[in-house]
Amino acid sequence: MSVSLPLAIEATGLTKFYGGVRVLDGVDLTVPAGSVFALLGPNGAGKTTMVRMLATLLRPDAGTARVAGFDIVRDRHRVRRSISLTGQDVAVDELQTGRENLQMVGRLAGLSRAQSRLRADQLLERFDLADAGRRRTSTYSGGMRRRLDLAAGLVGRPAVIFLDEPTTGLDPRSRQDMWQVITELVRTGVSVLLTTQYLEEADALADTIAVINGGTIVALGAPAALKKQVADQRLELIMVDQAAFSRVRSELGARVLTAEEAKSTVSVATDGSSGHVRRLLDDIDPTWQLVGHFAVHEATLDDVFLALTGRPASIAGETKEPSHV
Amino acid sequence: MSDLIVADRLPETVSGPNIFAAAASMVGRSVRLSRRNIEVLLVSLMLPVILMLMFVYLFGGAIETGTAYVSYVVPGVLVLCAGFGSASTAISVSQDMHNGIMDRFRSMDVSGAAVLSGHVVASVIRNAASTVLVFGIAFLIGFRSDADLMGWIAAAGVLLMFILAISWLAALVGVLARSPEAANGFTFFLMFLPYASSAFVPIDTMPTWLQGFSAHQPVTPVIESVRGLLTGTPVGNAPWLAIAWCAGILLVSVVLSAVAFRRRTS
Repeated sequence: MSVSLPLAIEATGLTKFYGGVRVLDGVDLTVPAGSVFALLGPNGAGKTTMVRMLATLLRPDAGTARVAGFDIVRDRHRVRRSISLTGQDVAVDELQTGRENLQMVGRLAGLSRAQSRLRADQLLERFDLADAGRRRTSTYSGGMRRRLDLAAGLVGRPAVIFLDEPTTGLDPRSRQDMWQVITELVRTGVSVLLTTQYLEEADALADTIAVINGGTIVALGAPAALKKQVADQRLELIMVDQAAFSRVRSELGARVLTAEEAKSTVSVATDGSSGHVRRLLDDIDPTWQLVGHFAVHEATLDDVFLALTGRPASIAGETKEPSHV
Repeated sequence: MSDLIVADRLPETVSGPNIFAAAASMVGRSVRLSRRNIEVLLVSLMLPVILMLMFVYLFGGAIETGTAYVSYVVPGVLVLCAGFGSASTAISVSQDMHNGIMDRFRSMDVSGAAVLSGHVVASVIRNAASTVLVFGIAFLIGFRSDADLMGWIAAAGVLLMFILAISWLAALVGVLARSPEAANGFTFFLMFLPYASSAFVPIDTMPTWLQGFSAHQPVTPVIESVRGLLTGTPVGNAPWLAIAWCAGILLVSVVLSAVAFRRRTS
């Protein structure tokens, strides 16, 4: 190919240790300019470490990376002028108003006083905070704070945006708002690397998903391709009794995604359509005597891990990543 | 939307943060935050006044200093309160160190020097305001000074120097502390120093084993020179000693806080 696409992020063999524990183990990834890349994984998978390293806040113990064309160690000052980081913790001052927070960030980004004021106005308007701009952020709801935090990240017009779990802890409504904001952001041509614990979120936002677990990438691909490997949804069957449970579980064998003996429940993959669910029920329980109830669930991160690695995701908090150092 | 966030890059000249602009906006932030933190504001403004009234009216009658006790005790109250005030500086620095906002500042290439100098300048302003308030009330309750303008300027200089040194020391403690609560423990240390000096009682009334420490610790020359300059009595080399101590503390604090900041944030 004669034309090479510019890369927003290009990482090779990134490795990080914390007190002898290998938190990241030789991670490679490439993010083409103008695309959204999602790092999907449970707590302690190494997502935050990865983001903090790419945002120049942590030095890699091994490996190299370029962000917006600059080396994250040698050229970290130039990287910093091209990126913004919106972390898991909201990084705004509670005792300042929304407007004051944005103006402060504008001044720090090198804008003049007048430019900062203009930029703050634009962003408050854009993020639906125009009325709240004069209030201290201690009075904001969780969703408003996240929006302000994201707005603060955009003041300096970054080319590459890092979003570390942008919707964790938000209610469903605020999460939808956030998704819409991120989608619109991407349409303007910036590149985004986001981390999430929600398959649904990665699916909704990302062009490419990397599933990360225990410090390594265990699967990589477009959402559709990944979902083909993973059950998109699962059919949960609650059996009438223990005998039915044991019988169905042994008959289904490898098709069982999850089994819970205490609740006499097994689950299998489905696409969620009524035709498929009907056929599965007929197939598993042709005499209508074994299955008591059923439910269809969206695949969760746990299902993805189970499908990709054959074992559940590492227990949350087992290798805790420090969010600040 | 598109005209807002599109990568229409800013001109190169404005995209590089300039250390002075960054420090100025950090100062603005810290001043605004301390103005709005009512508890800190009350402590830093009211406490010195209350302490002075307490010393003058509760203990003053029993302490023999050879002058009106209010004139004797004002420098000590000011130094004691500089210690209090800087404890709140240590706490705010520590809060910043353990908050997501530090990640934002660092990912924007804002230097540690800018962040810390914002806190230090706000601390100096808080202390200077409470100093003016203390002097105002001291005059109302009988403080009298024989100092000329030069004496006042020199006393203000020594006090300011001390406040600056203690504030930067507090910033260092804030960077080093594992938590804001730990940073708060700093208060006790700084609170103790003025008591074991000539701040409230003459040193020659102390037990001999304490006199050696009291006469040679940094707070004593600061108090001696401010008191001497304001009462117009000879100060000897106390101001030079005070300035040397403050410059030393300041230098060590600035250097160590820069090193510690880098360590703590990488």
